[in-house]
Amino acid sequence: MATHFNMALAGNPNAGKTTLFNELTGARQHVGNYPGVTVDKKEGTFVVDDCTINLIDLPGIYSLSPYSEEEVVARDYLVEHRPDVVINIVDAANLERNLYLSCQFMEMGVPMVIALNMMDVAVKRGIDIHHKKLAALLNIPVCPIVARSGKGVPELMATAVDVAKHKKPWQPLDISYGDELDSLMLDLNTKVDAARFMTAEYPASWTVLKYLEEDDLHVSRGDQENQEMSLALQKEVAVISDHMEKTISFAPDAMIADHRYGFIKSILRQNVMHFTIDQTRMHTSDKIDKVVTNRFAGPIIMLLVLFGVYQFTFTYSTIPVEWCSMFFSWLGSTVDVLLPDGYMKSMVISGVIDGIGGVLGFVPLIMFMFFCIALLEDSGYLARVAYMMDRIFRMFGLHGSSVMAFIVSGGIAGGCAVPGVMATRTLRSPRERMATLLTVPFMNCGAKLPVLALLIGAFFSENQAKYMFLLTLLAWVVALFVAKGLRMTILRGEATPFVLELPPYRLPTFNGLMIHTWEKTWQYIKKAGTVILGISIILWAMMTFPGLSADQAAVFETERQAVLAQVAPEMIEALQFEEMTDEVQSLQQTLLKIDQVKTQAALRHSMAGKIGIGLESLSQYAGFDWRTNIALVGGFAAKEVIISTLGTAYSLGEVDPEATDSLAETLKNDPGWNQVKALSVIIFMMFYAPCFVTVACIVKEAGHWKWGLFSMAFNTVFAFTLSTIVYQVGTRLF
Amino acid sequence: MSKILIRQMAKNQQGVITAVKVGGMLGQRIREMGLVPGSEIAIRGRAPLYDPVAIRIMGGTLTLRNDEADYIEVEVDSDLHKEG
Repeated sequence: MATHFNMALAGNPNAGKTTLFNELTGARQHVGNYPGVTVDKKEGTFVVDDCTINLIDLPGIYSLSPYSEEEVVARDYLVEHRPDVVINIVDAANLERNLYLSCQFMEMGVPMVIALNMMDVAVKRGIDIHHKKLAALLNIPVCPIVARSGKGVPELMATAVDVAKHKKPWQPLDISYGDELDSLMLDLNTKVDAARFMTAEYPASWTVLKYLEEDDLHVSRGDQENQEMSLALQKEVAVISDHMEKTISFAPDAMIADHRYGFIKSILRQNVMHFTIDQTRMHTSDKIDKVVTNRFAGPIIMLLVLFGVYQFTFTYSTIPVEWCSMFFSWLGSTVDVLLPDGYMKSMVISGVIDGIGGVLGFVPLIMFMFFCIALLEDSGYLARVAYMMDRIFRMFGLHGSSVMAFIVSGGIAGGCAVPGVMATRTLRSPRERMATLLTVPFMNCGAKLPVLALLIGAFFSENQAKYMFLLTLLAWVVALFVAKGLRMTILRGEATPFVLELPPYRLPTFNGLMIHTWEKTWQYIKKAGTVILGISIILWAMMTFPGLSADQAAVFETERQAVLAQVAPEMIEALQFEEMTDEVQSLQQTLLKIDQVKTQAALRHSMAGKIGIGLESLSQYAGFDWRTNIALVGGFAAKEVIISTLGTAYSLGEVDPEATDSLAETLKNDPGWNQVKALSVIIFMMFYAPCFVTVACIVKEAGHWKWGLFSMAFNTVFAFTLSTIVYQVGTRLF
Repeated sequence: MSKILIRQMAKNQQGVITAVKVGGMLGQRIREMGLVPGSEIAIRGRAPLYDPVAIRIMGGTLTLRNDEADYIEVEVDSDLHKEG
C-alpha cells in the first residue's frame, strides 16, 4: 500500500531552502496564500520509493518569535498540521546562526531531519563539520547535501521518510536556561501539565517558554483557553522578570536567547566544527563588496544596475507587449466584422477584449521585472541595495528595499505601478511595505506620459524637457512626503528593526529564476485577471449607458439625411471608393463631424458623463469642466484613456495617444483652457486614484480590499486639494 | 581593554559583545541573529552615508542601523584600533 506523508521544509532565508524545494518538487508545485496573510504558501507533491510526499515550503525565518507574519505562519502550521517530519535546512557555512532556529524546533519537539546544505562552500572556506557527531549530540539525523547540484538529496529524503515512518511523538528538548529560570520552569511545567493548559496543541515546556519570553500571541491564545491559568502564569513571570531586572538587569527573553546560543556553542565545541583556514580572511564575496558597497563606487554601480533593470524591463518588453496589443486589436477588428452592430458588439470589443488585453498587456512587463528582481535577489545584490539606500528612505519612514518599487513604478519616468506594487514583496517590514505600496502609484508611469506630453506640448511647449524633469522630481517628492505622512498617521509605529543579512554573492540557478518568474506572473494573471475583467465591463457600461434616447439619436439622423439630400447620388456612391475628389472628401468630413458630435452627445448622456457634469459644481474650484471630468473618470481604466476620452468629449472622435496634435491644437485654442488649468489637470492626473489594475494589485498585496478603497479615495482627495490650491493661487496671480 | 559602542568602532576593528541592552522585538531580532554576549564581531564597513553598519559575525555579515547598534556594548583591545 502506498503511504502518504506530510513534510515541511523550514530554514533561514538564504540557507538554500527554495533551491532544495525546487530540486525536490520541480515544476510540480502550487502557490497559494496562508489564510488572512499575504505570505506565499508553496506546496509540492512527489514520490520517494513508494511513498507519496506532500511538501510544504514554510517561509524563510530566523526564529519562531511572534513579530512577523512569516514566523507566525510557520509555527502555527507546525502546531495545526503536525507534519510527519520537518526538514530543517541549515547553511553549513553559517552553521552556528542557523542552528538557532533548529534549537527552537527542538524546543517544540517536532520530529525533524537536518539538511546540512552548502557543504561545498563550507569546505572551500575551511570549515570542517563532523555531521555524524552533530547528529549524535543533537539526537537528530543530519544529512550533508549540496542543494544546487542535488548531491546528498536522495539520502536526505530516505532519512526523512524513515523518520516519518516511525511516527515519533513530539519530544521537546530540555536545555538549561540558567539557574534563575530552570527551577521556576520545572515548577511551571508541572502546573501547566496538571491543568492541561493548551497541552492539546503545545508541549507544556513550550508554553512556559513562550510565557517567559512574554510572547504576546501565545499569551493572548492562553487567555482565551483558560484566563485564570494564563493570568497566574503571567503573574509568576512578572515576579521573576522583576527580580532579574533588579539583580542582573536582564529580562527572561534575553536570558533564554543567550542560553540557546550557549547550547549551540557547547555542541559545536565538542569537536563538531573546526576551522582549517583563518576565518578573518576575506572571501570572494567580501572582495566584491569592497567595490560594490564602496562609499563612492557603490552608489554609482547601484544607479547603473537599477537603470539597467529599468531599461531591460521597459525596453525589451515592448516587443512582446506589442505582439499582445497587435493580437488584441486583430481580435477586436475580427469581432467587429463578425458581430452585428449594437451593445453586444460594443461590450465584447470595449469591455471584454480591451479588458483582457489590458490585463495580458502587463504580463510581459511583469515577467521581465520579476526576472530582474529574482536575479538581484538570488544573487544577493538586493540586500546591498537596501543597505546602501536605507539611510535616505528611513527619513521618510520607509526601508532601504523600497527603492526598487519606486524605480519600477516610474521613478525614472515611464515605469508602471503594477509591477511596482508587486515588487514590494521583497520588503519584510509590514508598515514600511504598506507605505511603499500606497505611494508608488504617485510616480509618473508610462501611461501618464502621453497625457503629460499632450498638456506640456500644448501649454508649455518652450521648455518641454525641463517640465518633464521637474514633474518626475515632483512625483518623488510627493511620494516620499506622503509616505512620511502615512507613517506618522495611519501607519504609525516604530521602524521595523533593520537587522538584515548580507548573504554571500551567489550565481542564481537558471531553474530557480524561471520558476520564480513564472510563479509571480501566473499569480498576477489569476488574481488580477478576474477582477480586472469585471471592472473593465463596468467601466464600459458607465461610458455607454444610458446613451442617447431615440429622439436625440433621430436629430442626428435627420441632420445626416439633410446633408445627403443636398448632394448628387453619385457623390454618395463615391464615398465608398478609395480615391476621392475634394468635394467628396469635404462631404465625408461633414458626415464625420456629425458622427463625432453624436458620440460626444452620447458620452455626455452616459453615466460617466452625468458624473462628470454632476461633479462640475465641485471640480470648478480646480478649474475642471465636465469634459475634463469625464476624461478623468475614464482615466481610472488606464491613464492614457484620458486622451481618447478628451478627444470624444471635444468631438474629435477617438484620439490616438501616439498622435495628439489635433487635440493639443483644440485645447490650446479653447478659451476654457490656459496654463494654470493645464497645470492643475497635470497635478490632478499625476496623483489621483491609481488605475484599477493597480488598485486590484494593491488589494491583493495589502491583503484587504479596504486598502484599495483607501488608495482610491485618499489619492483623489489629496490630488484634488493640490489642484485646487494650484488653480486658485494660479488664477489670482496670473 | 575597554568597552565601547559599535558606533565608535573603526572599520575592521574586532571585539567581543559584552551586553545587549534592549528588549522586546528589537532585542529579540538582535539576539536571534547571533549578536549575544560572548560573540566575536568585526566591523566590515559602513553604508555610503555612514549608516547602517555591516558587521561580520559567526562567518556571516549582518547590517544594523546605528541607533539599533547603540544598544550593543563591545569589548575591544584598546591598543589595537583605527586600522584601515
